[in-house]
Amino acid sequence: MTTSVLAAGVLEETIRAFFQGLPIGAGFALVAMSFVLTYKTSGVFNLAFGAQAFISAAAYFELHTRRDWPIWSAVLVAVLLVAPVLGLLLERLIFRHVHAVSAVAKLVISLGLMVALPELFKLAVDYNREQPFGAVGIIPDGTAVYRLFGRYPVTRDEIAAFAIMVAAALALAALFRYSRLGLRIRAVVQSPRMTELNGVNADWVSSGSWMLSSLFAGLAGVLLVPTTSSLGTVLEPRGYFPIVIAALAAAALGRLVSLPAAMFGGLLLGVVTTELRTHLPRDNVILNELRGSALPYVMLFAIIVFWPAIRRQIAGSDPLLGVAPPPPALAAANRSRGMTVYTRIMALAFFTAVGIWTFGYANNFWISRITHSVIFSIIFLSIVVFTGLGGQIALCQVTFAAIGAFTAMQFAQRWDVSVIVGMLAGAAIAAAVGAALSVPVMRLGGIWLAIATLAFALFFHDVLVKYGWVGGSLFHGRGVPRPQLFGVDFSSHKNFLVLCVAVLVVVGVLVILVRESSTGMALRALRGSETAAESIGVVSWRSRVIVFSVSAAIAAIGGGLLAMEEKQVSYEANYDPQIGLFWLVVVVVLGARTVEGGIQAGVAFVIFPVLVLERWLHLDGAWRFVLFGFAAISFARHPEGLLEHGKRRSQAAMQRLFTRRPPVAAAAGAGGAAGPGDEP
Amino acid sequence: MTDAPATAAAEIAGPVPLSLPVLELRRVNAAYGPFRALFDVSLSVGEGETVALLGRNGAGKTTVARVASGLVEPTEGEVMVDGNDFTKARAHRYAKAGVVHVPEGRAVFPDFSVEENLTLAFSRTRDRAEVREALGRAFELFPPIAHRRRQIAGTLSGGEQRMLAMARVLVETPRLLIADELSLGLAPIVTDEVYAVLTRIRAAGTALLIVEQHIGHALALCDRAILLDHGAITWQGPSDEAARAVGASLFDTSGDSKS
Ligand SMILES: Nc1ncnc2c1ncn2[C@@H]1O[C@H](COP(=O)(O)OP(=O)(O)O)[C@@H](O)[C@H]1O
Ligand SMILES: [Mg+2]
Repeated sequence: MTTSVLAAGVLEETIRAFFQGLPIGAGFALVAMSFVLTYKTSGVFNLAFGAQAFISAAAYFELHTRRDWPIWSAVLVAVLLVAPVLGLLLERLIFRHVHAVSAVAKLVISLGLMVALPELFKLAVDYNREQPFGAVGIIPDGTAVYRLFGRYPVTRDEIAAFAIMVAAALALAALFRYSRLGLRIRAVVQSPRMTELNGVNADWVSSGSWMLSSLFAGLAGVLLVPTTSSLGTVLEPRGYFPIVIAALAAAALGRLVSLPAAMFGGLLLGVVTTELRTHLPRDNVILNELRGSALPYVMLFAIIVFWPAIRRQIAGSDPLLGVAPPPPALAAANRSRGMTVYTRIMALAFFTAVGIWTFGYANNFWISRITHSVIFSIIFLSIVVFTGLGGQIALCQVTFAAIGAFTAMQFAQRWDVSVIVGMLAGAAIAAAVGAALSVPVMRLGGIWLAIATLAFALFFHDVLVKYGWVGGSLFHGRGVPRPQLFGVDFSSHKNFLVLCVAVLVVVGVLVILVRESSTGMALRALRGSETAAESIGVVSWRSRVIVFSVSAAIAAIGGGLLAMEEKQVSYEANYDPQIGLFWLVVVVVLGARTVEGGIQAGVAFVIFPVLVLERWLHLDGAWRFVLFGFAAISFARHPEGLLEHGKRRSQAAMQRLFTRRPPVAAAAGAGGAAGPGDEP
Repeated sequence: MTDAPATAAAEIAGPVPLSLPVLELRRVNAAYGPFRALFDVSLSVGEGETVALLGRNGAGKTTVARVASGLVEPTEGEVMVDGNDFTKARAHRYAKAGVVHVPEGRAVFPDFSVEENLTLAFSRTRDRAEVREALGRAFELFPPIAHRRRQIAGTLSGGEQRMLAMARVLVETPRLLIADELSLGLAPIVTDEVYAVLTRIRAAGTALLIVEQHIGHALALCDRAILLDHGAITWQGPSDEAARAVGASLFDTSGDSKS
């Protein structure tokens, strides 16, 4: 008797969750279809769709709630105007010009946009983030509740979201099937060049598909407004991040190429999410966190790792693939000898000057900034190892840094062990975690690896940090002492700086050793070529593990030092996964290829905001993000890194100055074989 | 919608005087990344003229064809179409101007049906009757694909795909047809069939630039021949002197010694 009542209750809950999940899934499905559309037509894996969804939602909110426009006109402008125009601009101004660059480089650009776009929007419309957020869907009286089959409550908003998604999906299907634009988009997907040979401007077609996909993202943004607001959040770009992640997971179900799979995947994940939220037991921290925001990350990671389709290489069916020249490597080729000497002389001069100034004249503020620069240089060397040497992108360096920081903290707090020992233990733990992480993602490359590591970082952020044995307890706080070592007290600023510089030197040498080792050689041979990486097997297996663990250990050492420098683990300020995206972009933009590239990135990351933005230009915080976005975009043009590019130019200028003869043009035809003269 | 500028340009240009070549390459250099493939190639194809572009494997013939249809932008030199500078123009503008290119290999959209392949190429109008008529003309030229309208192109045989690729560029009568290695991998009978169509097209006044490794068919069809070696032109002249001028030994004629 009681059991059957209980079972009926569970069943009812299940059905209710199903109906609540569908509208959320509709939003996921729309964004997932956007992903597929742009990935197929322009090879761009546009993480910025979340930002675009936010912009449409915020525009709608701004127009309707704050400026009292009627709903229909606010929707019209936010969804049918703002969203496609934004997509058009992105395609025209940015993505059209990066056809030839690698998928990873495009990912970096979209990361930059993800950060920069919302800030630009806020600057443009004077968007007020503090204002509490009114929950308004696009249907009048949207919160009115209906009862499906007389018992399952759904709001008008939810019905509208689901119906609009279905209508949009059907419209998209019809467009593909019957319209000329649809035929052309399908043609560009198969072969842009063949499409051009048919007298069709392929660029216009991709503009069209970008407008379409942005429209879908914008629509999702507006439709999900009631959902995000019901979670009690202010309308913020961050609010769209879990949606993007879930949509990614949905798109991954169809290997990023199948629109129907993306749609059904989105709906499925929406339902699965709500079902799990309903049924997961509430008495376990992890499961409870899953009920909150962590679920999309776990699903994404699981899908990437376990969904067999991801592993299958998508066979290029483009009959004109042979027209493209071989792709350039992720980073530029080795430098000339003159360039190396030039760099060393300049670096020596620079560091001598900075050293004299720091120890002779600088006040504590600047010593602390310089220490930060040194520490971030160490952390960024982990990106140099992973991205510069390994040619792959991982978005979880921030997690490894956090592991280093927390381990140092725990050792000091719990066992009163020297933080140095704690930091080294943290490095060991991070290396082990890195090695373990490298196993499930072993065969993944390019964007999949980036996304899987991002999912891992988000999981750590949302779940693990909340455990006392990881993130510490409220009671003890997150304080970390300065170290003492061999009787030397490093609590003074200058002493600690000396320690950090010493560590930087050791780590730098370590990175160079790895680069020159057989592992480094193997990596260099593999860089940029995923097929080669696949075929080599064992060698790449071993080097993957090594790269993961070495780079994790380096990040952890840096993270530990950062905690000591700040005398606490400022987790939110320093180790948030979104800050990790920042790190990555800064390093690859400034030069991920060399040790000095990492050091330059560390210095720039710390000093640039203080010196240039605050003291000199007096820029508002938002502008920094915008600048950052532009920097990311510049990466497409100078994949060797901005500073390397600048150095090459300045060296060429020096050469002209001193030798008074034109520098020998970097032999453009050096790789070419057949001159007209050399008959066999 | 997409065709507006190109058509407008063509209208402004007006009727072309006969003296201007349809296509002209002036001291063209081309490269794939660091690899240089063409060195100072100059050639021209006049109205209704038929030219064979010959040379051994890797000589750069395909690259010339790609430059001549906008797929590869020259690093130096100019490309003129009807006296207009097309050096920086992309491939769709060439196609709009009537310079069409049948690439080597299986140059069809593999996921499209035969009909979709042809519909895509016929972008001048949306009028269904006109589209049907143009498709009818194409199918009339290549009967073997006529009753495979709904078949997915990727599942056609090699010869049928080659025919479809030809039919695709012939739905709108071109001014210059560039065909790359049409005979490659085809059964002799099919090759004959394809070349028979080329003869018909030539009779209709379309200029031809025929790229071949095997000289037989090409020389029989064309008035003039150009020899390419290591990315540079080594000889050009009337077809009947071509074989003698360079010696048949230059060519790998083992599979095809019709000349
Ligand atoms: N996409 C490409 N990338 C690099 N080199 C290429 C590419 N396509 C052709 N080549 C090179 O250019 C040269 C000329 O090639 P191609 O024009 O195809 O010769 P052909 O058609 O006469 O056989 C060859 O050496 C070839 O290897
Ligand atoms: Mg060829």
